[in-house]
Amino acid sequence: MSVDEMVFLFIIQPGRMSMKVDVVIIGGGVIGASIARELSRYSLKIILIEKEDDVAMGTSKGNSGIIHAGYNADFRTLKGRLNIKSNPRFDKLCQDLKVHFKRIGSLVVGFTEEDLKRLRELKKNGEKNGLENLEIITGNKLFELEPNLNPQAKYALYAPTAGIISPYKFTIALADNAVINGVKVLLETEAKDIRIKGRQVCGVVTNRGLIETRTIINAAGLHADEIAKAAGDSFKINPLKGEYQLFDKQWGSLVNHILFPIPTKLSKGILVTPTVHDNLLIGPNSYQVEEKDDPATTRAGIKEVYAGATKLIPHLPHQDLINSFAGLRADIEGRDDFIIEASKKIRGFINVAGIESPGLSSAPAIAEMVSGILKEVVKEISPQLELNYKDDFVETLVEQPRFADYLNKVGEWQEIVERDADYGGIICRCEKVSKGEVLRAIYQPVPARSLDAIKRRTRAGMGRCQGGFCSPRVLKILSEELKISPLRITKKGPSSEFLKTKTKDMIKEAGVKFKDEVKI
Amino acid sequence: MKLKYDLVIIGGGPAGLAVALEAKRNAVKDILLLERDKYLGGILPQCIHNGFGLQYFKEELTGPEYAERFIVKLNDNQIDVKTETMVIEITPNKRIVAINRDNGLLHIQAKAVVLAMGCRERTREAIAIAGNRPAGIFTAGTAQRYINIEGYMPGREVVVLGSGDIGMIMARRMTLEGARVKAVLEIMPFSTGLIRNKVQCLDDFNIPLRFNHTITRIEGEKRVERVTVAQVDKNLQAIPGTEEKISCDTILLSVGLIPENELTGEVGIKLDPVTRGPVVNENRETEVEGIFACGNVLHVHDLADFVTEEGEIVGRAVGEYLKRNRKFRSQSIKIVPGDNIAYVVPQYIDFIVPGRKKIKIFMRVKKAAERVRINLLDDKGRVLGSYKKRIVTPGEMVSVYLPEVLLDDKLKNITISIKGD
Repeated sequence: MSVDEMVFLFIIQPGRMSMKVDVVIIGGGVIGASIARELSRYSLKIILIEKEDDVAMGTSKGNSGIIHAGYNADFRTLKGRLNIKSNPRFDKLCQDLKVHFKRIGSLVVGFTEEDLKRLRELKKNGEKNGLENLEIITGNKLFELEPNLNPQAKYALYAPTAGIISPYKFTIALADNAVINGVKVLLETEAKDIRIKGRQVCGVVTNRGLIETRTIINAAGLHADEIAKAAGDSFKINPLKGEYQLFDKQWGSLVNHILFPIPTKLSKGILVTPTVHDNLLIGPNSYQVEEKDDPATTRAGIKEVYAGATKLIPHLPHQDLINSFAGLRADIEGRDDFIIEASKKIRGFINVAGIESPGLSSAPAIAEMVSGILKEVVKEISPQLELNYKDDFVETLVEQPRFADYLNKVGEWQEIVERDADYGGIICRCEKVSKGEVLRAIYQPVPARSLDAIKRRTRAGMGRCQGGFCSPRVLKILSEELKISPLRITKKGPSSEFLKTKTKDMIKEAGVKFKDEVKI
Repeated sequence: MKLKYDLVIIGGGPAGLAVALEAKRNAVKDILLLERDKYLGGILPQCIHNGFGLQYFKEELTGPEYAERFIVKLNDNQIDVKTETMVIEITPNKRIVAINRDNGLLHIQAKAVVLAMGCRERTREAIAIAGNRPAGIFTAGTAQRYINIEGYMPGREVVVLGSGDIGMIMARRMTLEGARVKAVLEIMPFSTGLIRNKVQCLDDFNIPLRFNHTITRIEGEKRVERVTVAQVDKNLQAIPGTEEKISCDTILLSVGLIPENELTGEVGIKLDPVTRGPVVNENRETEVEGIFACGNVLHVHDLADFVTEEGEIVGRAVGEYLKRNRKFRSQSIKIVPGDNIAYVVPQYIDFIVPGRKKIKIFMRVKKAAERVRINLLDDKGRVLGSYKKRIVTPGEMVSVYLPEVLLDDKLKNITISIKGD
């Protein structure tokens, strides 16, 4: 596919679209992307629609990035079962998709006899779920594992199979892989209504026009209840906010494992973990909010998260805090489990809703489960349509060189620069990102069209200067490549433009006249 | 391409430029200047306001003019320059790895290295402002680059947080370009920038400067729509009930500068926790012999002129170092910050220099004070010397001369303290 065609694919003019496909997936989070990739194994025409300018824009970018071992949830629930089923898959999946995944293990830390009891319960639950390698750790061994742990800590439940991942990079890679296998991803495309004819789904109305389809998968995250309502299903999603703080990458080594406090009924608590990019992450707190699209942090939350994390690691490097953010989780009112099922009211409509923690950890098994449900649904509504595996399914993404990965073997980067000089121009000083990597992000299967999208793909702007150095440079590259004015370049889609006018235009608009000659 | 140099300077801002020219005057032969941007001058080319050069050239210049005075001399002096070249590693034995488009990776061996990487701006996170993360939040220096280099206005209705020099200069600059600067907020009870900037950039343009105020919340999903502003108490905590909303589409942050010492740290050079720059002796030489530092990478200066002065100290010191005829003192003298002194530079005096009469010591105070004495004390608390100052403020660097005659062999520490007169 040429670059021009690829750009055309994603920039379809509003109102001009009319398409007919087999499946529409609503929502480009980790769940929608996982399902898209899973279904792209079959010869189906699939469209994934996402209302934002990139995938992974909701819950999938604002979470802890933990692949849980699976001792928390009850095995009788989907949460428990799908987490356990998914966890072992991540090594191969991440290898295939070229996503960093580190199985560093987790410790749930206890301080009292009461805590020890809870840890034993968790261990027992984990063992019921089939986890064999859980271990209660006490005394010196605890501090050998975690030298910076609160010295008052006494016990911990060690789960070696827990891991860390970048949730948005994982989502982008899944979506990229799905696109390579024929799925169309339409960004800035919002589902406005569901078309139904005689209790059978027949299309999705979007801001860009109608997409005809006989099956819809509702993976709309926080908005899944609104989409379900359009199809006649009723459940309510309450957004739960979780705030996080991120420290400079020199501090990732402060802890060696994912550290959790004793969980409560409501949440797994404020954790401390290294990220796959060697930052240190703390959070989240957890509280219900009204707004579904308001990931604003609060002063109280920032304090709460910091105080919570110091219970595990008393000395946090507050001077090296580089970012704080919040994510919202989709909690279904009156239910403590995922909803993954075909609608009982409308044929061809599948709900995948309430995917809160451990949603990321369960994503691969959720996608498989949805694929199974879809097969049943299809049998019912279009018996002539057979779900056959494609023989040309591409399981892997090609490894893309990143300069930051070559710092210990810079000699090998020389070849890459000789092939393409853009890999020798460093755009981001903090995260060591080359122009070649930025260009690649603009032209990858799910392309980056805004600065935040570039940031998620390349890490340019993620570092300690938070884009002070690279943002004018990245903005210029985007403007040159997309052949649009810098005034139209955004942070995260329409209405988030960086720049207002050309210098001198603003003062002219204000009616100030310049003299033609200025004598000095 | 040549890969062996007597001196490699990392950073082509005012510090690096001064080092290059002064080193040449001090008989250093092969000099290479490495700069990551397209052009030399560091931040100066985007500082199109005047006020540069009053100390050094005794005339008033703009930033680009000030830089130009040095840049034109580089060619005449046969100093090698590589722009758009990013240094990624320095080793203690002075091997430098850099990268650019044309050469790919460069492995350069130097006899002496000067760190002149400058500083970066503190961000929103360094001060943990709550709220949304929309477009429209810029550090003042980035906004300056957009307006003066790229040619685009980043906002119409602006609130500036922090009364650092760049913040005040940008408040004026944006006003002159037709934007409306609604307020400059300063969390401290005093301006953190130069007094002359407060007068010329804010007072002259009726831009309100509000002390003891900060932003507590940023609102706006896609683009900044408004900020919540609150008064703070003595502990810099927002006082409930004083909150007020200001509508704006842009926030400029001028909340401090941090020396850019990632490379320095990776060499294993010790940093001063207060300056966040390397610990140096009077030659601005770090713990690793032959690796020097100057300009804002060492400590954040008020004026480019002072950076030039420091660059010249290093240029001369590199000359002496390469001649290998330096004489060390029997023991180093440590300069210790005492009462109301935040930091001193240099932190050590290491050499015996025939004919040297005095050593200039730079410092920043913690709190503003009027009619004070700056005292130099020996190990036993005896006053070695004393200087009167009418006014000292954290926004303006202070310097005193340490007379050579005071430095006897037994002296281990000199403490600098400020006392009311």
